[in-house]
Amino acid sequence: MTETAASSGIVAGIDVGGTFTDLVLYDSRAGAVRLAKVPTTLDNQSTGVVGALDAAGAEIAALDLIVHGTTTTTNAVLERALCKTGLITTMGFRDVLELGRRTRPQAYGLKGSFRPLIPRDLRLEIPERMDASGAELVALDEPALRDAIERLKAEGCEALVIHFLHAYANPAHELRAGEIAAELWPNENITLGHALLSESREFERGVTAAVNASVQPLLRRYVERLADRLVARGYRHELLVMNGNGGMVSARIVAKEAAKTVMSGPASGVMAAAYTGRRAGIPDLLTYDMGGTSTDVALIRGAEPAVSHEIEIEYAMPIHVPMVDVRTVGAGGGSIARVNAAGLLQVGPESAGSTPGPICYGRGGTRPTISDANLLLGRMNPEKLNAASSQVSLDTIRTIFAADLGVPLGVTAEDAAAAVLRIATAKMADAVRMVSISLGEDPRDFALFAFGGAGPLHASAIARELGVPRVLVPARPGITNALGCVVADLRHDFVNTVNKPLDLVDIEALHAVFARQIETGTAAIAAEAVEVEEIRVIPSVDMQFIGQTHLLRVPLPGPTPTREELRALFEAAYFRRFQVELPEIRPALVNVNTSVIGRRSEIDLGLLIDAAGRRATLAEAQTGSRPVWFDGWVETPVYWRDHLPATAVIAGPAIIEQMDTTIVLEPGDSAAQDHDGNILITLKGAA
Amino acid sequence: MTLDPITLSVIQSGLQQVCDEMDLSFSRAAFSPVIAEANDRSDGIYSAEDGSLIAQGSQGLPVFVGTMQYSTRTLIEWIADGRAIAPKPGDIYIVNDPYLGGTHLMDVRFAMPVWRDGKIFCWLSNTGHWPDTGGAVPGGFSASATAVEQEGLRLPPVRLFKEGKLDPEIYGIICSNIRVADQRIGDVKAQAAALYVGESRLTRLLDRYGDDTVRAAIAELRVRAAEQMRAGIREIAPGTYAATAYVDSDGVVNEPLEIRLTITATGEKLIFDFAGSSAPCAGPMNSVLATTLSSVYLAMRHIFPDVPISAGAFEPLEIIRPTGTFLDAQYPRPVSGCAAEVSQRIAEAVFAALVEALPERVTASPAGSSGNFALGGSVPEEGRNFVMYQISGGGYGGWSGGDGISNGCSTIGISKAPPVEIMEQAYPVLYHRYALREGSGGAGRHRGGFGLDYEVELRKGTARASFVMDHGRFGPQGALGGRDGMVNHVTVTRGGETFTPEHLSKAQDIPLTAGDRVRVGTPGGGGYGDPFTRPPELVAEDVRLGRYSAEEARALFGVALGAGCVPDIVATEALRAARRF
Repeated sequence: MTETAASSGIVAGIDVGGTFTDLVLYDSRAGAVRLAKVPTTLDNQSTGVVGALDAAGAEIAALDLIVHGTTTTTNAVLERALCKTGLITTMGFRDVLELGRRTRPQAYGLKGSFRPLIPRDLRLEIPERMDASGAELVALDEPALRDAIERLKAEGCEALVIHFLHAYANPAHELRAGEIAAELWPNENITLGHALLSESREFERGVTAAVNASVQPLLRRYVERLADRLVARGYRHELLVMNGNGGMVSARIVAKEAAKTVMSGPASGVMAAAYTGRRAGIPDLLTYDMGGTSTDVALIRGAEPAVSHEIEIEYAMPIHVPMVDVRTVGAGGGSIARVNAAGLLQVGPESAGSTPGPICYGRGGTRPTISDANLLLGRMNPEKLNAASSQVSLDTIRTIFAADLGVPLGVTAEDAAAAVLRIATAKMADAVRMVSISLGEDPRDFALFAFGGAGPLHASAIARELGVPRVLVPARPGITNALGCVVADLRHDFVNTVNKPLDLVDIEALHAVFARQIETGTAAIAAEAVEVEEIRVIPSVDMQFIGQTHLLRVPLPGPTPTREELRALFEAAYFRRFQVELPEIRPALVNVNTSVIGRRSEIDLGLLIDAAGRRATLAEAQTGSRPVWFDGWVETPVYWRDHLPATAVIAGPAIIEQMDTTIVLEPGDSAAQDHDGNILITLKGAA
Repeated sequence: MTLDPITLSVIQSGLQQVCDEMDLSFSRAAFSPVIAEANDRSDGIYSAEDGSLIAQGSQGLPVFVGTMQYSTRTLIEWIADGRAIAPKPGDIYIVNDPYLGGTHLMDVRFAMPVWRDGKIFCWLSNTGHWPDTGGAVPGGFSASATAVEQEGLRLPPVRLFKEGKLDPEIYGIICSNIRVADQRIGDVKAQAAALYVGESRLTRLLDRYGDDTVRAAIAELRVRAAEQMRAGIREIAPGTYAATAYVDSDGVVNEPLEIRLTITATGEKLIFDFAGSSAPCAGPMNSVLATTLSSVYLAMRHIFPDVPISAGAFEPLEIIRPTGTFLDAQYPRPVSGCAAEVSQRIAEAVFAALVEALPERVTASPAGSSGNFALGGSVPEEGRNFVMYQISGGGYGGWSGGDGISNGCSTIGISKAPPVEIMEQAYPVLYHRYALREGSGGAGRHRGGFGLDYEVELRKGTARASFVMDHGRFGPQGALGGRDGMVNHVTVTRGGETFTPEHLSKAQDIPLTAGDRVRVGTPGGGGYGDPFTRPPELVAEDVRLGRYSAEEARALFGVALGAGCVPDIVATEALRAARRF
């Protein structure tokens, strides 16, 4: 893959999800977009990727750029389908990965289980020790190290983690051990503990390194296989892979920091939302991506997604590299409704999953779910039932709702279904509110960005519950993650720890840290074989009052703040969050952060819906009407989204259908479209 | 007023949300790591009439389940009879008196009325564990106190905030009596701010649904929570169930304290009787009544995690007041150990009594200790003093679906232990090991989880080591034929000589100098089911991973292993058959 070929202006964004592989093909010269959705090929995802390109009729040899979001690493970790990996660590500490931080899976209930990433017999100890200041207490025992490496080789390990206590303070032993390992066992799958995360906390750093090593060979093989197939089809440019921080990185080097690709898919959806919101002039968004089993929520302020360095992807599985802060919450379409022993209706947390799934899937599901309630109430098109390869009729669903929920509650099946949605809405709104509050933001300051197959069905109701006045539904909610690959920027995040009272911070040195972060990031972007239009620098600091443990992120207007500016910005941010002033206590500056972003040329999202397909009048876009339950049956017009006139304004109630989702417009709400084909729903009573 | 069940569900989750937001706000704004990181706090809503619990945050520290309803009730009574001054809008009371419905002195409660039309609609209250409230030792966990005055400053309910303003006089008295007072203002404001957050969220809920509707919903939810708990109780065959749990000692007199529990199930309720338990003790292992009650509640909540935390859920649980025992301590008995250790032994007695009746729901006993190890000292050459706390986990009990998890947190807590690297940054110590304690999990068809084995050395200066742990005498109880988990074991190596403290798991102020070491092995969880029925390949796997030795596999599980840790089926059958006859 070289950079010599002539540019065609065609970019492909491909997201491999659990069920479908989605593709957006953007042709900037022709001003056209093509889409494809094909089943994901779980055994070898590259088959589905090439299949999606073919399905869209892409001429692979003519593509300028392919950007790829993958679930390879996430799934490998969650299913523990990992490469055999060995660990060499400080004497006395091999069990750190298994013992964790002394927790349990839930606050109540003492059950549960945990499986460490690397089994105990492949975790070996050798004599060596640094103290917290980085001073050597015990020299690296090189013969013992060599023995350990040979043992792990003989065990058939494919990857190796070298993780020593306090290596963040002094990595000399890890570096030397890495040299010896490379000499005895030349391979690309050696991860040094301090390399991805040079911070204290041995469990979190060790898990991050262990995730990296144990998925590295898988990701490397996968990316190489995909690149080979693409090259065989004549592709001549760079293959880029989405990282969990919402930036892309070359496939040539992605496996080196494989842990960073965890959350790649969800991150790219949030990036697409940020991009869409910025173009729409709505830069502050709460994103709401509802799928079959779960819902992802993220927060975007000023068109920048919140990023976390402390994601825990499941119980006791922290991955501490910068990632878009996507929280998985509450219910999905498959969440089961039941009447509990107190006679109260409950929705979730139990889920029908994808097998057997909701009743309407016709795969043997017999318990009422959120998806079934949507069908029963006419919110989803009942004709879709016939399309499914099932024998399930609306009557079957109605009978189950009546028997399981209606009888114990003393209401009709329809009332029970409406109650299921009302409770699910309240729960999901609560979950979104908690995410927002935990990030220090009031949800009412945001618009709700609804995507995923089921997001637009519930978004208005959730927004109403949250007090959010507006809902933004993008043109193609069902392929938002793939769109994120097309619009993603190059991105590098930096953190340096200062941890001093603000009064004692050397401000010149602080400016030098920012300058160094900016310089490193700019150089890294220049080294990628991708054109960027502009380089943006986002500086921020993490601050706290001395004695606190939680940090507050304070965005800065530029990389050369004065001490007084820092104090004032922090105090204002603190007051905004807690409504408390603390003149008694001095602030401290903990972390210095910079994101360096290489922004690619603008993508015209207006192309996502073909203008030629739009009809002249709203009446012509209407495909019919059906009874839909809004506190009683209301005959409701149904529109086909791709046919809506660009200037149409729709008054609720209405149903807007499209290939990948259904939008429910409730009575009193109104919907209008913008230049990109987004639908903006304004809730009744909102200014 | 009758309410439809849907509105009821929505108001229920609305009330829950108010509490969860208070919890979150408190932790996020707090200064003390014990609140901010360890979440040693809780927030709830309480009735205006008698303080009974309406709703409580789901992420609050479990030990506080139900406790604040007792302190709120006392406050309401005191206001009614004039012992406390009646509130005005904006007033917040502070109280930490253990005997007025509390735990230990470090758990400081705030309470504030929510006003509607000039009347109190309900109370909001929260508890935060303050790092210090004065007393003989920093942090308040004196293992040898013999009166509450030695444990710290005791506050009756007084208004710390008056009409929204912090009273500088009361605050001044508090600050003059506690250590590191300069940082407390941040926690005080965080604790108050959480109540304000709750007030504004609750006000929104009331405005939306109407005071009468919410009031009716609260009453109905109470009835239904009681019904839900009764539904769980009906799974228990009527009869009596008994168990005994032991506290190693009170820290002063070296004799075990006995918790005798008899539970009578009638089909509709459970009657908890602690008759025959030990008398009040000299040392700080007494429990006040509120803590005893909440320990039973939290155990039941571990068994039935779906039942909401509310006064209704407690109705079918009739707890006979354990008058005259150490589980109903009166002034001036010292009580610092009640929240951390005695509460967990009470919970263990509940688990052990009910596991046979509810074998699918209840686990064998967990390690059940907070594992407090405090090291206070000074490094003269650097001119600094320090107080270090190490908490540690232990193994959980085996259960119907699998083995217990290793190094789980205390039964009553949810807090994470600090990383070794952070401890070594902050204090002049060096850890020589932080490892899985091999062999510690109680043998069973589903074995207990493993405890922790750590060893720490004082690098500089001098220090005094104190321990408040438990299960040093008897291990966490096995269930249904499973064996007990391994006991807690403390050793101190001082000047080259190694010894175990006289009270095994409790000691006060053992002097150490640079180079001395402390090693702690925490308890393993109890085993569940007959270990001789554990599949041999699982035993072999544990041996291969070094969790048990081959000898332990033979003796504890009746499994003989051949070359390469493969079970020898013939020999194993012989071993297992030999025991049967």
